[in-house]
Amino acid sequence: MSNKIKAAIIGPGNIGTDLLMKAQRSQLIEPVWMVGVDPESPGLARAAEMGLKTTADGVDGMLPFMQEDGVQICFDATSAYVHAENSRKVNERGAVMIDLTPAAIGPFCVPPVNLADAVARKAMNVNMVTCGGQATIPLVAAVSRVQEVTYGEIVATVSSKSAGPGTRKNIDEFTRTTARGIEVCGGAHTGKAIIIINPAEPPLIMRDTVHCLTHDDPDQEAITRSIHQMIAEVQKYVPGYTLKNGPVFEGKRVSIYMEVEGLGDFLPKYAGNLDIMTAAGLRTAEMYAEEILSGNFVPNAA
Amino acid sequence: MDLKGKKITVHDMCLRDGMHPKRHQITVEQMVTVAKAMDEAGVPLIEVTHGDGLGGTSVNYGFPAASDEEYLTAVCKEMKNTKVSALLLPGIGTVDHLQMAVDCGISTIRVATHCTEADVSEQHISVASAMKELDTVGFLMMAHMIEPEELVVQLKLMESYGANCVYITDSAGYMLPEDVTARVALARRELKPTTELGFHGHHNLAMGVANSIAAVAAGANRIDGSMAGLGAGAGNTPLEVFIAVCDRMGIETGVDTFKAMDIAEDLITPMMDEQVRIDRDALTLGYAGVYSSFLLFAKRSAAKYNLSSRDILIELGRRRTVGGQEDMIEDLALDMARERGTIQ
Repeated sequence: MSNKIKAAIIGPGNIGTDLLMKAQRSQLIEPVWMVGVDPESPGLARAAEMGLKTTADGVDGMLPFMQEDGVQICFDATSAYVHAENSRKVNERGAVMIDLTPAAIGPFCVPPVNLADAVARKAMNVNMVTCGGQATIPLVAAVSRVQEVTYGEIVATVSSKSAGPGTRKNIDEFTRTTARGIEVCGGAHTGKAIIIINPAEPPLIMRDTVHCLTHDDPDQEAITRSIHQMIAEVQKYVPGYTLKNGPVFEGKRVSIYMEVEGLGDFLPKYAGNLDIMTAAGLRTAEMYAEEILSGNFVPNAA
Repeated sequence: MDLKGKKITVHDMCLRDGMHPKRHQITVEQMVTVAKAMDEAGVPLIEVTHGDGLGGTSVNYGFPAASDEEYLTAVCKEMKNTKVSALLLPGIGTVDHLQMAVDCGISTIRVATHCTEADVSEQHISVASAMKELDTVGFLMMAHMIEPEELVVQLKLMESYGANCVYITDSAGYMLPEDVTARVALARRELKPTTELGFHGHHNLAMGVANSIAAVAAGANRIDGSMAGLGAGAGNTPLEVFIAVCDRMGIETGVDTFKAMDIAEDLITPMMDEQVRIDRDALTLGYAGVYSSFLLFAKRSAAKYNLSSRDILIELGRRRTVGGQEDMIEDLALDMARERGTIQ
């Protein structure tokens, strides 16, 4: 008997394919289905070659087989518009949904910050915030776990080539959802998110700046230590998560300058913004899988 | 060059681009005073927003003296003939900010993106163009960084989303008149005849007025400037100078030349913290093609880490940074200081 939890990936695009490549190395997750909507999709063909079952009929094409194939975890790498329907359908079949879209109908999950809470709550849908959120919220939390953060602001700069059509069509979702994540998961009273798209060639590696304003004067030593610990946590699933400069302290401002290089699985290394999403999504699934395997959690349609 | 009788719309930037040299500290009272004088002088359109547009209030760009809502509400209700615009950069501000600005009484929204990234403006331009009588403008920044043919593709995207006017924006003050002519003339040929075309200059190479005249000659009918040049870098095209030149050439702006001079001299110049001029750093912006609002950030980081601001600006140009990347400046300064052994 397999000691892995079977999973389905919905959306065979760049994100879905990168996730598939990462999931195939997992000790806890076995990807068995790839779901798309276009029979000509190269992502579906690639998944079929890797031995997955595929359908071009959307989630409905997989539903009748989900239970017999033992799918207990689904990843949605499609768009915010169709996510709610996808989630309802797979939840009804007893699978947990890990949402990589900005739909955010379930609780936010930023693995080193609150993954354990999400799993403990046995949430059937968790949302991975945004790429910028995954890259920066851990650091806002690293400051806010030391002392009160009245304001947290992040600036995510990504290369043009790594900003897909979904992000571009709905860039407001990024700024809103990330800002909310900074508050809810990051622990800042007020959150603000900015995204910059840069077309330079060769493409720049994702950069992130985190600014926190603390209520009292920052405890420089404790904050610095907390930041380094948090970076080590993220590096467990994104090895290219690197502190470039800082923390810089100026009055009540704490600024942290980061670079996020991806693993270069399906997406190029500069697209650390996409890599950190797929890596965080997989990390979340693995934590669920551990709970399921140990008998602590039985996902069901309730 | 006979442009006699050509009618154009000038658009003053003092209360938006001018927020950069003022570190976003222009007060509501100052805004109202300036705006009323512009109204009195016959300036048809003025922009009122945080320097980085709606929602620009941040650690990254600076916290303003008052909110966009407070500025817009105070100014809009005092205007008799002058219309008020707001700037919005997708990625910084959202459609929610746009709606707020409309509720405050703006009649023009300008949606700005980097010159290669027009498609991030689709959401905002289409929402704006669906609003009744909202003048919707697409604004392509750092337009010197791509060739005219590529620029036109991006302008047409904004036109296709519903912009009734599109802008070629020389955010770095890098262009020479021939660069402006090539871009504006091609755009004028390729865009719908009903789509208005604008040019926004910066005076870093002292080309603001010459470039704006070149733009008019090539078919632009909206020109941005600011009285006394209050704007980022060495300032915008000095509007009172441009208006005087138009007056001499017979280009019709509808603005009273002497009143424009008086606003520049009596109202705007005394507001300046430091004279907005082509100093060494502002010249470097124009020379190296760097976003004009980086100026004060580079000066501050240079002072803090004991570096040359010109070195910082040149390196920002070499890395092909784009508008909004102010956070890169301290990061880069720290790298440079470490390389030079001045910090650990």
